[in-house]
Amino acid sequence: MLTRQTLTINMGPQHPSTHGVLRLVLELEGETIVSCRPVIGYLHTGIEKEMEFRSYHQNITLVDRIEYLSSYHEEMAYCLAVEKLLGIEVPKRAQVIRLIMCELNRIASHLVWLGTTGIDLNVSSLLMYCFRDREQFMEISEMVSGQRMMPGYFRIGGVQWDLPEGFFPKVRSFLEELPRHLDEYEAMLTDNLIWRERHEGVAVLRPADALAYGVTGPVLRGSGIAYDVRKAFPYSSYDDYEFDVPVGRNGDAYDRYLVRMEEMRQSRRIVLQALDRLPDGPVIADDRKVALPPRAELVRSMEAVIHQFKLVSEGIHPPPGEAYAAVESPRGEKGYYIVSDGSNRPVRVRVRAPSFSNLQALPTMVRGGMLADVVVAIASIDIVLGDVDR
Amino acid sequence: MTPVQEFLAERFGEAAMVVHAFRGDATVTVARERILDALRAVKARPWAFEMLLDLTAWDRHPVEPRFEIVYHLLSLERTQRLRIKTPVAGDDPVLPSAVEVFAGAEWFEREVWDLFGIRFEGHPDLRRILMPDDWEGHPLRRDYPLTEEPVEFRGHVPKVPSEIVPHVPPRRR
Repeated sequence: MLTRQTLTINMGPQHPSTHGVLRLVLELEGETIVSCRPVIGYLHTGIEKEMEFRSYHQNITLVDRIEYLSSYHEEMAYCLAVEKLLGIEVPKRAQVIRLIMCELNRIASHLVWLGTTGIDLNVSSLLMYCFRDREQFMEISEMVSGQRMMPGYFRIGGVQWDLPEGFFPKVRSFLEELPRHLDEYEAMLTDNLIWRERHEGVAVLRPADALAYGVTGPVLRGSGIAYDVRKAFPYSSYDDYEFDVPVGRNGDAYDRYLVRMEEMRQSRRIVLQALDRLPDGPVIADDRKVALPPRAELVRSMEAVIHQFKLVSEGIHPPPGEAYAAVESPRGEKGYYIVSDGSNRPVRVRVRAPSFSNLQALPTMVRGGMLADVVVAIASIDIVLGDVDR
Repeated sequence: MTPVQEFLAERFGEAAMVVHAFRGDATVTVARERILDALRAVKARPWAFEMLLDLTAWDRHPVEPRFEIVYHLLSLERTQRLRIKTPVAGDDPVLPSAVEVFAGAEWFEREVWDLFGIRFEGHPDLRRILMPDDWEGHPLRRDYPLTEEPVEFRGHVPKVPSEIVPHVPPRRR
């Protein structure tokens, strides 16, 4: 008498294609996946707990480390939440500088996704090309903030300092060559038979499932739902600029690939408009009780020194209350929910991580598929494990 | 007050305990017993809050009711956000699971159980998710200390992390 048996295997936590320390417990029947159970928490660093013991300014350093491929979005979401709590307005120039850095960061983050997806599918030269372009962003980031990653450039009420000399030609030359490079990659991949066979009809996520799991970002848009925080709840002057939100039709890995490729071109479009229309003015709010005084003031004004001292040693006291602010990070809706009791430390900082929700939809995507397609599925949701585990 | 807040206040009467919009965030606090009814009511049309974007909690220790569970909902049709909260007592931290209303609540609730020790009745698989399975205690509770692991570098005197920034209580206005 024959019995049917399933085989349970572990994929990860140390597996090159899980993009970090993710473990999947897969139940297989032959090569077909019966069930998939993600096990997470290997990168849990307790950042939410840590943030309850730091001042609001110090926390900017911590939030960078959550979604480390798109630190500017992380800082943006955190600063927006604190600013909402305080009820302060950010000067227009600072808003646009933030927007430029975020969109450049989105391009860089998507380039990492493209390169690593290439590695997973054995197109290893792609990673070199993508990292060549990403390097340009790293140089820009270093120019602006002093850091290649984890910039810590945004401040509550604005940004640390104005854009440096040489920023504009550097960004323009990066954006000038970007479309040609993207065309090259697309020429290599979009109609490549192997690429298409590995992506089309793989890891399909139906719109209803995407909504049920709270999936956001390119994964949601790949399933045909045009939700983009930048359009739905514009922040930081996004409503001043024209851009399109690409949407897929089939909800498979190929549509997610197409959506991200188009998003890079749209980000470039936003940055070009923002560079042309960058307004003059201060780069940090002038409410000295909450925003750090600019460095130039410190040598002239005793009052500025006192404010600087109080803000650095003690920090700000937002009024008691709660606020939720969200941005469109390269992975989806990145939200911060901050509760304040009026003291100089937050009572609770909750990080709404897009990768966490997106990963939860993975079992639905891969069920009934082939084992080899799990690799494509993980790559196509573009998780950052620091974001999943926080 | 937004229409959905008015609707909840009317529909749930006494059970809709607090309705406010601090900094423009529409918020309704609903009694624990009616939380699933409230979630179902706003998920249905015409409100269509179909997405549970976030589910989390925070600890008010030592104030009672100690915990507050926070649901962040999104309506794509109305392009609107809604926050629903429910208080949970510290000596009886249990509330009904929202998994049957929103499938995505499963991991969020596991996380709240893991980090706050709040149980969700009717959850299909309530296990720890971020901390190791054999961990003791629930780290995001306010009475759980933040400590530093000892290191063996010479000359390193570990500071208690919670004392790096002195806590300054709320100012009197």
